[in-house]
Amino acid sequence: MPNEIAMEPRLARSGADVVIRIEGITKRYVMGATTVHALKGIDLLIRRNEYLAVMGPSGSGKSTLMNMLGCLDTPTSGRYEFNGQDVANMEDDELAAIRNREIGFVFQTFNLLPRSTSLQNVELPLVYAGVPASERRHRAAEALFRVGLMDRLHHKPNELSGGQRQRVAIARALVNRPSIILADEPTGNLDSQTGREIMTLFENLHEGGNTIIVVTHEEAIARHARRVVRLRDGKIESDHATAHL
Amino acid sequence: MRRLIYEWAESCRIAAQQIAANRTRSFLTILGVIIGIVAVTLMGTAIRGIDTGFDRSMSLLGDDVLYVEQWPWTPGEDFWLYRNRPDIKVADAGRLNEVIASTPNSRLRLAVPAPATMETVTYAKRQLSNVYIMGTTSDYALIGITDCRSGRFLNEPESRGGRNVCVIGLDVAENLFGADDPLGKTLKIGNQGYQVIGVFERQGSFLGLFSFDSQVVIPLASYAKYFKTGSENASIRVKVKDRRQMDEAREELRGAFRRVRGLLPEQADNFAINEQQAFRSTLEPVKAGLAIAGLFITGLALFVGAIGIMNVTFVSVRERTREIGTRKALGARRRTILMQFLIEAVAVCLLGGAIGLVLAFGLFTLVASLFPSFPIQFSPFLVFVALIISVLTGISSGFVPAWQASSLNPVEALRYE
Repeated sequence: MPNEIAMEPRLARSGADVVIRIEGITKRYVMGATTVHALKGIDLLIRRNEYLAVMGPSGSGKSTLMNMLGCLDTPTSGRYEFNGQDVANMEDDELAAIRNREIGFVFQTFNLLPRSTSLQNVELPLVYAGVPASERRHRAAEALFRVGLMDRLHHKPNELSGGQRQRVAIARALVNRPSIILADEPTGNLDSQTGREIMTLFENLHEGGNTIIVVTHEEAIARHARRVVRLRDGKIESDHATAHL
Repeated sequence: MRRLIYEWAESCRIAAQQIAANRTRSFLTILGVIIGIVAVTLMGTAIRGIDTGFDRSMSLLGDDVLYVEQWPWTPGEDFWLYRNRPDIKVADAGRLNEVIASTPNSRLRLAVPAPATMETVTYAKRQLSNVYIMGTTSDYALIGITDCRSGRFLNEPESRGGRNVCVIGLDVAENLFGADDPLGKTLKIGNQGYQVIGVFERQGSFLGLFSFDSQVVIPLASYAKYFKTGSENASIRVKVKDRRQMDEAREELRGAFRRVRGLLPEQADNFAINEQQAFRSTLEPVKAGLAIAGLFITGLALFVGAIGIMNVTFVSVRERTREIGTRKALGARRRTILMQFLIEAVAVCLLGGAIGLVLAFGLFTLVASLFPSFPIQFSPFLVFVALIISVLTGISSGFVPAWQASSLNPVEALRYE
């Protein structure tokens, strides 16, 4: 597997190398008669090339925070700056553009298009970015090469193993050279051996200069990160560096 | 703009995949559209066919000829009124020509008498009954089609002198003489012998009712000698100078023939002036009926088809909620998702339209080969209309589900099981 993963440095407009600046974010859901306070005031600063794990039991607000970080949802109140841009008050389509350019998603269930080849799956974010077809192919193949799937370009998801599928998904997350890679339980559907391989891949990406945020409830996965943020009842319970080996 | 094209291409690719992956479902869905398109093209073809057939028939009569007759061609109000009208006589034509000649700047050129009757025609042992026998002069060449396959039409001395000669239609020639050359042979009309001097070119039938190929034309003088001239079929045909002034010409002719008849101002016309345009107006209700029936069937089929497509698109959106969430997470905008599902609905409809057109074309080819004389027209315009209808059906049926898909919240869509 190639170890050198070159990343174009994307310069933040404010603050030297701050990618994400979150201040006093809250999120309330109205579910029928009751209002759920999923996040009760979160402050978080994430810098370039950090490797962060977000942990917490179910109901802690972990998923809600991940949706905020991924610009899939907007906070009820508070400030959220992504590379200096205020994303807290953006419209749907503006958020879509931010997700397309700045965020690479890796899902627990891979979420590949079932009838498309690896190459086509990896090309998808580039289609939405308006990249011409020839360049799309080139960059998608390059991303698949980085995750070690150069020989699986024209395979469809059902012809790939779970680990290979997740590698395709990671290639798809990488292909737009995003500011952060946001992984939600990336090993949740994999056996432990394959899970370790995927975590090694994240390790390599981090060493190559990528900023990685992993949302997980497994201590073993969180141990790979350099920093762990623990949530409880919609607040940050702890936030400290790990004793990384 | 460039991104729009890429997204469009991607959507088309996905649409093709979806249709291919759900073949049975897609096919069942587009049945309604197929039926609708077949109905609309059949209707269009039938209407066009009627028009073409009519035009073809009309060209046999000549569109600048008026007919002075006892009976109007269009259904009138009172049978007895027409029944008791005086006969149209051969002599009336001569007097009509005198009136025309004395009118300055007349819009009419010439009146030609053409009385006719039905008679039995025999040659050797072969016999044809109810053959249309028309007596006329060489002037008839101005009015009707007198092209001959062999021999020639009546000349002036023959029509004036009343020699017993005849020009026969192609069907008459084939039925009576078979492979023999009829020219110079003598056939019998009723009890009178007539020598064949010409055989007409094939002319076809008028609206499938009256065949010009089964007529026999003889000199007027001869006709007057042996046959009853005041029969119901008697007519005087009047050539009009300018076909753009048919209405004015008809009024002039009406006045002229009233003078021939010596009618007083308070007396009503006791004759009818017919023109081929009258047939066109009798055809209008038929065409309108076809159009209404066709539109009804088409509309119903397309409506059912549209509901089916809407339903299937809803199902598709439901099934692929998570895919929609994924696409949104990867940067698809609302517009992108809307377009993708619209393209899928339109693609399904276009496929239905194409299949419908192929089916319709097959039907036409079959009918055309079985009944070569059946007036049938398949036009590029119909193909265009059918495809436009397909696209509109797709857009109108796919829009609501596609809008729903595009409005999905990405968080909820990704969480959807």
